[in-house]
Amino acid sequence: MIHTYQMNGYNIVMDVNSGGVHVVDTLTYDLLQYIAEPVPETCPPEALAALSERYAEADILECYGEILELVHAKVLFSEDTFAKYADFAVPSPIKALCLHVSHDCNLRCAYCFASTGEYGGGRKLMTAETGKKAIDFLVVNSGDRVNLEVDFFGGEPLMNWDACKEIVAYARSIEKSVNKKFRFTMTTNGMLLDDEKIDYLNKEMSNIVLSVDGRPEVHDNMRPCPNGSGSYDRIMPAFRKLAALRGDKDYYVRGTFTKHNLDFSEDVFHLYREGFDQISMEPVVAPADQPYALTEEDLPAVFAEYEKLADRILENEKNGGWFNFFHFMIDLDHGPCAIKRLRGCGCGNEYVAITPDGDIYPCHQFVGQENYRMGNVFDGTFNQELKAKFAKAHVGTKPACRNCWAKFYCSGGCNANNYFYAGDILNAYDLSCQMQKKRLECAIMMQVARYERKQSAE
Amino acid sequence: MKHIQTINKAQLAVSAAKGGCGQCQASCQSACKTSCTVANQKCEHEKKD
Ligand code: SF4
Ligand code: SF4
Ligand code: SF4
Repeated sequence: MIHTYQMNGYNIVMDVNSGGVHVVDTLTYDLLQYIAEPVPETCPPEALAALSERYAEADILECYGEILELVHAKVLFSEDTFAKYADFAVPSPIKALCLHVSHDCNLRCAYCFASTGEYGGGRKLMTAETGKKAIDFLVVNSGDRVNLEVDFFGGEPLMNWDACKEIVAYARSIEKSVNKKFRFTMTTNGMLLDDEKIDYLNKEMSNIVLSVDGRPEVHDNMRPCPNGSGSYDRIMPAFRKLAALRGDKDYYVRGTFTKHNLDFSEDVFHLYREGFDQISMEPVVAPADQPYALTEEDLPAVFAEYEKLADRILENEKNGGWFNFFHFMIDLDHGPCAIKRLRGCGCGNEYVAITPDGDIYPCHQFVGQENYRMGNVFDGTFNQELKAKFAKAHVGTKPACRNCWAKFYCSGGCNANNYFYAGDILNAYDLSCQMQKKRLECAIMMQVARYERKQSAE
Repeated sequence: MKHIQTINKAQLAVSAAKGGCGQCQASCQSACKTSCTVANQKCEHEKKD
């Protein structure tokens, strides 16, 4: 399977199964449109006939020779050899927890999937005791996995600060004896950040996600305080401070764009100008009847904006600037192995979420869906059948993903979005897919542009 | 090559043969958890090599 597209003056050809990325001239690009698998050893006559008006026959044949060379090298139209790894789709040890330490929030973000923190179950904080139980649950179910992740999530986790610290201290105290390494992360809206917390988080958290949507008016419009006032001015000084003191540890500022700011490259660059160099900006996922929801009719504008953002980032790099835009970040030579890429997010199998009551769900997005409650850390229940079902939810079992050129970069999308918006965890949610694919095309185009820039510098 | 330039090593198949150990970070793809999408993750296995 190959995927061809044109962007920014480049003709780009991706070979799906090998991961090969090729830049080709217009002749090759046109010729490839006539080639199907299995690739014949001689140039198909209909291709010659169709192209001979525009190109010399000798050139077409020479080009076909190059195509064949790459086919033989297994980097073009390469075979799908991944079926033999199908046994990865079995229940695996759990290696990551999402700890809902606070089902309460001090903002009232319009697009909140957690119904402003409650998840439909009332405002609640997790006790340290429940948190410790959850850590024990993780350790017991983690098998041979050494690196264990625990994400403090909410609602707003800083509303339950003492419990967070107690849970971290507990996990650290057993680290050696159980032979595990905990990596803590936190997602916060910043409202309660102060110097003491910044200091602690910079020490203990291996990654921190700071929620901010970009320009002040965009941010305040979607992320107001309970009394309706904006939150931008309150959080930004603390975010800047945290990032400045962060050293070489990971953090991101992450925003959400909606129908109200389809010019979101402005928000990305606003955050860059505010001093952040790790930036993420995500499309809102929301029911179509919400005024801020992105719908099919917004896609042309979203696509154009992604291209514009890619352009602006390249231009910024040319001028000596740099920042990392999360969704255009792609490593074409290394990155995770193909099995990891096919397996996907691991929700309900390698990853689960725990609520303030100790209930276990496949992930944070399923919290509150009674039919997806997997068990509870106090009574020791844990639905293995459901776990097995999630282990089987991967690229190979999702009909749309199997034949999708983006599968090794997308990993089969989000099971929760599939469930809520396409009716089943195995049904790809097309609106997300289309944006995902556009981002990938942009990201790969940028790698091509950087490659060319490097070549011409040498 | 005159018409085609390949810009990477194209090693997905190789990575599968050596991979799958599961020691790496979990990778939520959703909007609310930017911290870990798959295409930009680090391989814990490769790091050790
Ligand atoms: S979720 Fe959509 S974009 Fe991702 S692999 Fe499946 S079909 Fe492709
Ligand atoms: S189902 Fe979606 S939200 Fe849940 S872990 Fe997977 S990608 Fe993330
Ligand atoms: S650590 Fe590396 S080899 Fe192991 S599963 Fe993850 S990406 Fe694959």
